[in-house]
Amino acid sequence: MGPAVNRPVDGSLLVGLGPLRVRTSRRRIVLSSVLAAGLVVIGLVAMGTGTIRFSPAEIVEALAGRGSYAAERVVLGIRAPRLLAGIAVGACLGLSGAVFQNLTGNPLGSPDVIGFVTGAATGAIASIIVFSAGPVVVALAAVGSGLATAVVVVALSGMAGGSGAGGGYRLVLVGIGAAAFLGALNDLMMTRVSGEISVGAQQWLVGSLSSREWTVVWPCLVVLAIGLPVVLALGRRMTAMQLGDDVAAQVGVPVVATRLALTAVGVVLVAAATAATGPISFVALAAPQITWRLAGRGRPALLGTALLGSVLLVTADLVSQLLPDAVNLPVGLVTGLLGGVYLLVLLSRGAR
Amino acid sequence: MTQALRAASASAHGRRRWSRRGVTVTLAVAVPLLAFATLFVGGQTLSPADVMSALAGDGHPETVLVVRELRAPRALLGILVGLGLGVAGTLMQALTRNPLAEPGILGINAGAAAAVVTGMMAGSVAGAPVTGAAGTYLSFVYAFAGAAAASLVVLVLGGAFREGTDPVRLTLAGAACAIVLGAYTHAMTLNQPDLFQAFVHWGVGSLQGRGMDVVWPAATIILPAAVVACLAGRRLNALALGSEMGRALGADPRRLAVVGGVLVVALAGGATAAAGPISFVGLAAPLAVRAVVGPDYRWVVPLSALTAAIIVLFADALGRVVTPPLEVETGVVAALIGAPVFIAMVRRRRWARL
Repeated sequence: MGPAVNRPVDGSLLVGLGPLRVRTSRRRIVLSSVLAAGLVVIGLVAMGTGTIRFSPAEIVEALAGRGSYAAERVVLGIRAPRLLAGIAVGACLGLSGAVFQNLTGNPLGSPDVIGFVTGAATGAIASIIVFSAGPVVVALAAVGSGLATAVVVVALSGMAGGSGAGGGYRLVLVGIGAAAFLGALNDLMMTRVSGEISVGAQQWLVGSLSSREWTVVWPCLVVLAIGLPVVLALGRRMTAMQLGDDVAAQVGVPVVATRLALTAVGVVLVAAATAATGPISFVALAAPQITWRLAGRGRPALLGTALLGSVLLVTADLVSQLLPDAVNLPVGLVTGLLGGVYLLVLLSRGAR
Repeated sequence: MTQALRAASASAHGRRRWSRRGVTVTLAVAVPLLAFATLFVGGQTLSPADVMSALAGDGHPETVLVVRELRAPRALLGILVGLGLGVAGTLMQALTRNPLAEPGILGINAGAAAAVVTGMMAGSVAGAPVTGAAGTYLSFVYAFAGAAAASLVVLVLGGAFREGTDPVRLTLAGAACAIVLGAYTHAMTLNQPDLFQAFVHWGVGSLQGRGMDVVWPAATIILPAAVVACLAGRRLNALALGSEMGRALGADPRRLAVVGGVLVVALAGGATAAAGPISFVGLAAPLAVRAVVGPDYRWVVPLSALTAAIIVLFADALGRVVTPPLEVETGVVAALIGAPVFIAMVRRRRWARL
């Protein structure tokens, strides 16, 4: 038995050392490597694209602090934070989607289903319409109201009280109820104000990565750096809970505590992403589904999902920058168009 | 099979508190009564005597206009939209075997919205009316065409016409399609602020300003489909036991998916075309009904239709009186009132899973 890799009977691989070992398969390692390599390539292209173009060599020099003044200003000051924001937000959304789809056992169980995104929109619209607030206040209001919604939904679903079986299912149902209620409030606000203001709110509602600075990027990166290991560490418990609460409890998983922990991590991940960019649809729904179709079903491929979320968002942002100026298509819409079409193609090829 | 279901239903719910016949009779009486009651409610206060004489055709011409041309079609449309949404939601939950499925999920609302936006834009270029009665009627046509096209695409990509229909795949195809079309609609309105103004009001869902010219086509589309769906309860029961079991009991899952898909297009497409996208009603009505009467679709389909009709009628009437003279849209009221009730029910009962 080698220290780093050994092979149990079922053909899967155990990678890592001691408590940090992760059960995986060759197919997943290949998938994650391909996605990571793809992310590097797309990242270099994205940093070289714009009003001023740079070659990959110039970008590397600028990142190392040895480039020209202009290159360093543009690459380090504008494009690197935007790229990192895309990577971090994509990964947060992908992971959060994987957590909630597992928790609810439903492909539609994405974070917006439990009312977080609708609640965030309520805060944002109210702050735009009632207080005509600036971007920072809008982001804070969004995250605050989103978190409040999530707390209320979790409390109402009785998950903390150890309701046992069906807790995830009840969470989704309560979340849908909350989302419907808040969505109606949002509609009410949007239809009662003048055109310019509601168009402004509409702009925020689609999410965007343009002109994101380092101050926006750091919080999201920190949350990802804490959230990713936590989710990976809980991965084995998630697998056990897929078999049902009773089975999971019998193999020693503290079901209620795990579900609460996963909900908390999932909500914090999506909150960090929403604060950075506004709500970006679809990544949380599609990234886990696409990954599971590529990596094979069974245990959730969490690292792959995070990477795929990043690739999806960075690619979408690149596409949205390459479009002519007359077409205003923020990244949140491109993810919908690109990811949606890709998921449809994947489905129509019948990967069953 | 009936015995098996009855046993399953009994074990899932313990003793049923209400008899199914009693519930059916109550709801069936409540719908026309509520529809009649909405004739007395509105921005313009009319005495009951005025309303009655206006219905008979005499009285002040303005009163006759309000009652017979505005309120009566609106009440009829409320019933139709409710029937359509309730039955469509039930069918979709049965076909996708996903209790979260609702008319928004199979891309129907998104298809209708995309078609309305496209139609409004092409129309404003070609000089067709966007607002007013003619605009409302044109929106009905666009919306139904869009809803039908989108659902067809979803059914094909979701594999409904192939051997071995996979409900997860159907659900995902619907969600993906809804998001692609939603992004398209969003992009259109974002680049055309004028269009956004016209569209944002259609996009909320309301029964306001629809006349008999919308009621007739909606009735022709929704009523036959609702009747057929009510007769399909036994087959849906068989499907609920799984594809294999369903086949053994004589319900061909593929044929059921195709017929069910066509019915959903007619019901949800018709309702959305008539009133705009009203979310939540199609989801909540079947869930609530199933929690009360159990999983037998022979009862769930018609009772969901009646329950949804009551929700829509009630929400519409309430929306007219809370902030006179302005109205609150039917879809908004339905969600604001329905959602807390729904959450309270979820918390109290053990919900039957599909």
